[in-house]
Amino acid sequence: MKELSLNILDVAENSVKAKASLTEIRLTEDGETLTLVIQDDGCGMTEEVVRSVTDPFYTTRTTRKVGLGLPLLKLAAEMTGGTMQVVSRAQAEHPADHGTAVTARFHTAHIDCPPLGDVVETVLTLIQGHPDTDFLFCHTLGERKVTLDTRELRQVLEDVPLNSYEVLQWIEAFLREQYQ
Amino acid sequence: MKSLAELQAIKAKMQDKVALREGSSEKRVVVGMATCGIAAGARPVLSAFVEEVSKAGLAGSVTVSQTGCIGLCQYEPIVEVFEAGKDRVTYVKMTADKVARVVEEHLKGGNPVAEYTITNNK
Repeated sequence: MKELSLNILDVAENSVKAKASLTEIRLTEDGETLTLVIQDDGCGMTEEVVRSVTDPFYTTRTTRKVGLGLPLLKLAAEMTGGTMQVVSRAQAEHPADHGTAVTARFHTAHIDCPPLGDVVETVLTLIQGHPDTDFLFCHTLGERKVTLDTRELRQVLEDVPLNSYEVLQWIEAFLREQYQ
Repeated sequence: MKSLAELQAIKAKMQDKVALREGSSEKRVVVGMATCGIAAGARPVLSAFVEEVSKAGLAGSVTVSQTGCIGLCQYEPIVEVFEAGKDRVTYVKMTADKVARVVEEHLKGGNPVAEYTITNNK
């Protein structure tokens, strides 16, 4: 992956596949540390599956769908001296409170830290592909905050799909404006 | 400053269109967006399709959607076009620059761009 925003897109797709109703993507830049948290309320994974998701060579039928996404994110984080962690609560074991959280930490001053890239494009791609699930995006840059909550937009839009071109254009302008 | 009031206006404008659109999609453009597709550059291809389809005024008859791994990772980014009663067309090694031609010649004109299909890129 050339930019971290592509890893974010890839890993967030797992949340949608896990039937999350809300996927939260939080980026926090503080000094020379970038923290990424992707958290969902999807079906979660058992401890055994969590242990194997970062191993690209673990390929049983149950985990085949997980694929290379998490190993690539882990590699990207570790190459900068950072870490990646997956915490999950399986729906079968925790019916009232389930989901998965992936946390990755990057040392941005490290020469091997990839550029963050176009996160706005990542958020737009997620909404375009999954207009019926909600996303909360929050990028904290020191004192500043860039946020988008599709639940708020959905309230305004009612039955107009979030992936209508005009709506996507509005979302793009809304986010880009916050970065200015 | 982008406001929710502006979004409200978009909604009012769109509601009439949505009623017209439902069930009228004739062509389906599907972009492979698994790890392999994303790493190969599928994200800009997808956004180019969304933009070009809308610009060409085809939003009512063409839907653009995403799928997982199609199983031909070495040919990513892969884009498939489905149309009722016709064979599916598979475009391989797509780039955002190739999208305008596919929209113009295939989606609008009805003639697949043979040069970009899997048959001619093996």
